[in-house]
Amino acid sequence: MASNVLFYLFAGFAIACALSLVYHRNPLYSAISLIGVFIALSCIYVTLAAPFIAAVQILIYAGAIMVLVVFVIMLLNLDEDRPLTRLKYLYALGAGLGLILLVQTFFIFYAVMRAPNHTVNVDQTVGKTLSIGQAMYSEYLLPVEIVGVLLLMAIIGGVILVRRLEPTQLRLVINEELDRRNEGQEKDDFRIAL
Amino acid sequence: MEPSLANYLALSGILFTIGATGVVFKRNALGMFMCIELMLNAVNLTFVAFSRYYADVTGQLFVFMVMSVAAAEAAVGLGIIIAFYRNSVSIDVDDASLLKN
Repeated sequence: MASNVLFYLFAGFAIACALSLVYHRNPLYSAISLIGVFIALSCIYVTLAAPFIAAVQILIYAGAIMVLVVFVIMLLNLDEDRPLTRLKYLYALGAGLGLILLVQTFFIFYAVMRAPNHTVNVDQTVGKTLSIGQAMYSEYLLPVEIVGVLLLMAIIGGVILVRRLEPTQLRLVINEELDRRNEGQEKDDFRIAL
Repeated sequence: MEPSLANYLALSGILFTIGATGVVFKRNALGMFMCIELMLNAVNLTFVAFSRYYADVTGQLFVFMVMSVAAAEAAVGLGIIIAFYRNSVSIDVDDASLLKN
């Protein structure tokens, strides 16, 4: 009974925060809503007997990734999101896609509800840090190493993406872009953040 | 009485749907990025729910991998957003049409 109440409480909180994430046009409000989703999901992980994943969810998602996102929002000092100007058909496309996915969700819901009951194997050691660590460094050692290489690649990629070009290279890029724009008689004000 | 597996799958499906439609509706590169994170989290929820109901630790390990990939995605994705902002002072995805002509 208590776990049912907790589930519906946190599920409602997660869905409300997710809707607010999509609804708000200000990226900062969206980011705060997303942090709400992460916290609600972390609470649900605790009720699913996965305390390690719950802790890592708060540490990595709400701690590291969202701090990075909020930092970028502050750095760029953005305006509010504009409504669609071009590509208005995307609204219809998005609504259709959402409807299809929702129907699929309820189809899965009914299929799983009607399936014969699983024998719920309540093994309380599964979510503990000890069992996860043992599995991670014995059976799943290779995937863990691959993830390490992936993170290294992401670090290098991030550094290369945000590095500034040398002044001479930058001038070349700007001249090329200006020539292109003048040829096309475009009146866009082309500014480049130096 | 505990919530059944179907409840968790339904919650995950609803969150995934909201994220997928958000990616289509948002014009803001950061907003799209956050919707993708929401979709990844919805998938993580199914992993943990199945891991609980089959008492198997593999699902939780996959959640860990997904989180690492999300961290890598955050680093590279935000790098791309900042590089794009430097070139055209906006992060509206409608403005990213340099390859169009």
